[in-house]
Amino acid sequence: MIPPLHGLRLRAVLSQALRTFFIDRGYLEVETPLRIPAPAPEAHIVSLTSEGWYLQTSPELCMKRLLAAGIPKIFQICKCFRHGERGDRHLPEFTMLEWYAAGSDYLDLMADCEALLRYLAAALGKAGKAGELEWQGRRIDLAPDWERITVAEAFRRYAPCALEEALAKDRFDELLVEYVEPHLGLITPTFLYDYPAELGALARLSPTDPTVAERFELYVAGLELANGFSELVDPVEQRARFLAEREVIRWQGREPGPMPEVFLAGLELMPPAAGIALGVDRLVMLFVGADNIDQVVAFTPEGL
Amino acid sequence: MYSASDFRKGLKVQIDGEPYIMTDFSFSKPGKGQALYRARLRNMITGNAFEKTFRSNDKLEKAALEERTMQYLYSQGDDYIFMDNVSFEQLEISKAQLGDSVNFLTDNMDVEVLQYNGRPIGVTLPNFVNLKVTQSDPWVKGDTSGSDSKPVTMETGYVVQVPPFIEEGDKLQIDTRTGVYVTRVKE
Repeated sequence: MIPPLHGLRLRAVLSQALRTFFIDRGYLEVETPLRIPAPAPEAHIVSLTSEGWYLQTSPELCMKRLLAAGIPKIFQICKCFRHGERGDRHLPEFTMLEWYAAGSDYLDLMADCEALLRYLAAALGKAGKAGELEWQGRRIDLAPDWERITVAEAFRRYAPCALEEALAKDRFDELLVEYVEPHLGLITPTFLYDYPAELGALARLSPTDPTVAERFELYVAGLELANGFSELVDPVEQRARFLAEREVIRWQGREPGPMPEVFLAGLELMPPAAGIALGVDRLVMLFVGADNIDQVVAFTPEGL
Repeated sequence: MYSASDFRKGLKVQIDGEPYIMTDFSFSKPGKGQALYRARLRNMITGNAFEKTFRSNDKLEKAALEERTMQYLYSQGDDYIFMDNVSFEQLEISKAQLGDSVNFLTDNMDVEVLQYNGRPIGVTLPNFVNLKVTQSDPWVKGDTSGSDSKPVTMETGYVVQVPPFIEEGDKLQIDTRTGVYVTRVKE
């Protein structure tokens, strides 16, 4: 194997800069258990098991419990594990940055993302004259307001059929990957936002339009970097969505894990908040100019 | 049967009764969405290729091919000559049918020749082969190009990225499934 020294060096500097960014803004760094008894049921994310428990696919549930326990602003950089995810941009064990703030919504998170990437570009000396970032021959300008486009509009603009049809024919993911994503984040980074309610995961529905969830994904140069939302804090609706996901999991022939009852019980006390998960490996890829995630980690599973 | 999670470059599968080889493969998965497995498949008889996106629950049949251990002797133009070590029978396989395998073939190497209805259509290589470096530029100290590796040319003409300390004449272990450098080996 060839150790990717440049990627590793930049990763070390970037980890430090990430922490400084959040600590300076009053966030408390936390560590929650990697091994948990009951993950959030998700149709397309499969957990690895460990002695009858599960390796986290995201620290989301534990972090929200800390919000409910009264800590208003927290962040965490940790390992997450997802079965079967391996490709140029995926590792089954990867590093996630998550941050949560009480009293915030997804628009606040978008502003955080803009501030964070501009800060990192400056801290890493990667910002060109006007705060540009260069990746795979593309110059992405971080300085102006970033592009914001709703999922419905993105499908109208780039996909061969409307969003409604893509959903009805179960072709949403396929069309998103093939037709929409390649156009996102090319001039400035792009926020793809207002996901259809059925793809809302743990996001609250928009108070003005209940057909969409206040969820967004951040893209830079076609690379999906982060997924954030205004958090759903209604335990009744959250339970209903978990049950629906468990049905899909059963339909796929898998056995869903136990319901995260402790999390659901605590949701009652959780303040309105927003939270986001950002892939740190991909962030390093972006700043080091790598087109393959293998170039930013010390070891790949195949190299062990 | 192979399920989508088994898919990788070099996999040999059967579609409508004909053998295909997966010449390219990529995994993608939009946030919270389904895993998508995009594959390029080449018909091992006609050479025709197509691309298709598969989902997690899709499966492909294993190609029904006969395997026979043979020794690679030499190449003549675009034909590569192999010999049965027991019967001394010889046969040829074209460069196009061998695909990326030609990067790793050295004289007298034992490989598994794949046959379909008695016709040779390709080979399966050992997972790892040792090849000699025939051309390598010296590493420039203080190189600021931002790379951790440099390209060298192997005895087969194959160009591979290696660590800077590799020199001409070194023997390297290469993973034939991915084409990447594994380690330097002692003679």
